[in-house]
Amino acid sequence: MVLTSVTQKLFGCCADEDVTGESPYKLLKKDDIIQDIKTRAAVSDFSPVKQIVLDYPEEEILLVYDRDFTYDQCFYLVLTPEAKDRILNPPKPETPGVLENEVIKTPEPKEWISLGSELEIDEESVKETREKLWYKFSRVRRKFGVPACFSDRNTADAKDGYLECASYQDSRFSIKQMQRDCGTQAVPRLQSSSAQTQWKFQRNIFTQYKPRELSEEEAENILQADSLRNFCNSVPHRVLQALQQEEIMNVFFDDLKALGTGAEAGDWSGKVSEGLMLYQAFTDQKYAKDKKISSISWHPTIYGVIAVALIEKKEERFSESTASEVRPSLIVFYSFSDPSNPQLLLECPDDIFAFEFCPSDPNIIVGGCMNGQVVLWDISAHVTHLQGTQSSGKKASVNTDTFDLDDNKENKTPVVRYCAVSALESSHKARITDVQWLPPTFEVTRTGLPVENKHNISVQVVTCSPDCAIMFWDVRMPKLLSQSVSDKKQNVDQKTQMSSYSVPDTFKHLDRTWKPLFRVSLPRISTSGEYAPLKFNFEPYTCSSNKDRDTEEADENDDSSKIIPDYSQLRVPSAKTLTALEDVNTKLYFGTEDGEIGYTDWKLGKDDSGRLHSAKPLSCIGIHHWLVNTVQRSPFLKDIILTTGGWNFAIWKEGIMDGPIILSPSSEQVCTVGCWSLSRPAVFFIGKDDGSIEVWNLLEKTSEPAQVHAHITNAKITSITPWIAAPKQHFLAVTDELGMVRVFEIPKTLYIPSRSEGLSVKKYFELEEERLKDYLKKEELWAKEKKETEELKKKMEPDKPVKSLKENDDVNMKEHSDYLTLEESILKGMGLWTATADTQDT
Amino acid sequence: MAEVEETLKRIEAHKGVIGTIVVNAEGIPIRTNLDNSTAVQYAGLLRHLTMLARSTVRDIDPQNDLIVLRIRTKKYEIMVTPENGFLLIVIQNPCE
Repeated sequence: MVLTSVTQKLFGCCADEDVTGESPYKLLKKDDIIQDIKTRAAVSDFSPVKQIVLDYPEEEILLVYDRDFTYDQCFYLVLTPEAKDRILNPPKPETPGVLENEVIKTPEPKEWISLGSELEIDEESVKETREKLWYKFSRVRRKFGVPACFSDRNTADAKDGYLECASYQDSRFSIKQMQRDCGTQAVPRLQSSSAQTQWKFQRNIFTQYKPRELSEEEAENILQADSLRNFCNSVPHRVLQALQQEEIMNVFFDDLKALGTGAEAGDWSGKVSEGLMLYQAFTDQKYAKDKKISSISWHPTIYGVIAVALIEKKEERFSESTASEVRPSLIVFYSFSDPSNPQLLLECPDDIFAFEFCPSDPNIIVGGCMNGQVVLWDISAHVTHLQGTQSSGKKASVNTDTFDLDDNKENKTPVVRYCAVSALESSHKARITDVQWLPPTFEVTRTGLPVENKHNISVQVVTCSPDCAIMFWDVRMPKLLSQSVSDKKQNVDQKTQMSSYSVPDTFKHLDRTWKPLFRVSLPRISTSGEYAPLKFNFEPYTCSSNKDRDTEEADENDDSSKIIPDYSQLRVPSAKTLTALEDVNTKLYFGTEDGEIGYTDWKLGKDDSGRLHSAKPLSCIGIHHWLVNTVQRSPFLKDIILTTGGWNFAIWKEGIMDGPIILSPSSEQVCTVGCWSLSRPAVFFIGKDDGSIEVWNLLEKTSEPAQVHAHITNAKITSITPWIAAPKQHFLAVTDELGMVRVFEIPKTLYIPSRSEGLSVKKYFELEEERLKDYLKKEELWAKEKKETEELKKKMEPDKPVKSLKENDDVNMKEHSDYLTLEESILKGMGLWTATADTQDT
Repeated sequence: MAEVEETLKRIEAHKGVIGTIVVNAEGIPIRTNLDNSTAVQYAGLLRHLTMLARSTVRDIDPQNDLIVLRIRTKKYEIMVTPENGFLLIVIQNPCE
């Protein structure tokens, strides 16, 4: 509260004179304050606190000079005596104990303070309420020492054994109940009864009705009626208006909403980039030096992990003399959290050209080698390491042979050796260029017949190689466990460059004895010889027959699909026990070394001698002029395939055997790789020889790319793989010949599909298909016409000279006879006509 | 009768009109340019619906009356106008 100088003088508490910062307390007498209030009434400074002062119990009130204005005014009045005491006599701070050598004293017994527990103890304890009664019995002396017999007797046995007080009803204590609660419930009276009609007279009756129609005269009558005329006068106006409205605009179409496909509502930063932005680049000096990348794959479940296969740049394989230069072939795993160090290394027996993660179990990886072998890895031991790459990897990797604890700081990348490799004599004879898992929805038997897949996991792999074969492999243990000769090979060629870590024995049953299920060869259609496939693609089958199974089986299947079964325990079931799936498309597209795209059926048929062989491909068309390096199906439209090779790319539709529905114009650089966008049906990416990437959008421009990102790298681009890591993060991984992996972030404009893009693209493809059909028809027509004209020409030529001679003769004759008649007529006219019959002969 | 014809021709000639049906008070089509079975089906079904719509409108406000009932479907639009006990049904393909 504020005290004016007058008040201050009156009470002797002038600021800085009577009360200072050191002694800010001043006790004022209550009576004085009341006096002051009475004398000065409203002007008094104490009037606001008048009531409090009057109520104050003690005689003196404490006034404190507040030098620091903690309560916002110059003085404050302490209102309660307790507070006053507290301020005047602040509790003394505890004196710190002196920590000298304290003698530990035994605690002395203190007075017990009762806290009420004795009451409980009293209640619980058993005490005697009265003194114990005791009876003394004695017998006559002569019966001393004689055995005594004690027995029981019930009180009711004797008549006067007890005295009872029976209860009786005393009328003085009767209470009349005045009110009673009772409840009622209404219960419907139910009565069930039934009736049954007896079908005494059995007679078949049915009714059929048809709509009433007007006969001709009736219609005429009505048409003449006035009412109809009135009707026709009044109604058309509004009907026409309504029709017109429809024609003008569509009221159900939201134009504004349709407008907003370009920029999202929330993203007005102004820096929306149009092109691919570099997100991260991965390279590793130790492992990726002087190597080029052949294939790249994103880890299907772990965010931000890419696996990259590195191969030697030189094409020819050197002899063993330069073994010191040859470094082990590796597949390297990179993670977003650590761009310069690989997280995991997979050791391969030879350079890997293609590899793929198993779709049902991302810990299994299959790869195809340079020497034609198929390799399997199991990385389940290191999955936690890969997942935990957010932390700084100090967690000791599971299999370091070196036991130095200091080395934990140096992140040693774990190396995984391959679990199983196929038998050398039954593998491909040339390098494997493409490896794919069959989807978990079906599997194939030894003859290529698709059958159902009981466990819904991917168990089969398809590989292709330029040795003109496509092979199907099964990762389960075959029924006949034949001990092959290759057992001896186990001791040979242990790679001693990498110390042997513990190899998981998931695929022990396959190691070195692995043979393919069956082999599809590709004989040429018209000539002899075979096609050399480089890439292939089959239709991913989504099982639709799951609905037919009854619920028990479905539940079982659900359970088993969650548990990833142990591959070493699976056996190849006998073909008879599985039901064949009819609607699986068993045809696949393949691209060859000569630039042809072929379409064949992988089922093996029986030829005349009863042996299984593969049929000739259904079609094979040479479109590209060099090696085909991509055959990829669109993720949206199941029958559209993109192929690149040579200097152009083509889009095919399954079912149209005659040619691609779209063929791009030849470009100046070689197209090295192509891939579809995962979110937009009309967009795909083409990588080029000079290190640039073209983004094509079929709905914008069809003859040139929508965007060109030139010179992303200096070397040839070897592979492009898109990935959707999060709903707003779409990545594109690009690898090149220098061993670098660049991950680009796809901008919104390229991953958000435009309105009804799927439909538009589908329509576009259909148009192109029509065009192609038209073109082919026209071509046929032209060919026919051309043939006809040629034939006609040929026929015309030998006749012409003969004909012309004859014609000439006739013409001459005619002219001559005309001349003669003319001469005759003139001579006659001149009167000189003599009978010149003899001059007629020529 | 000529007026009837002329009116219907005008309506039919409008852009997008697939068919027209004139229905009498009992729900029997009098004149139509669709085939008979379709016309009968439309007439029968739409008559009930129109009566229901009309009674709804008049229940809410007795002074009000139904002028046009437009049913917009996925494929086209059906317009029904009741008047004097007759119904005129027009089926139009809206332009997209």
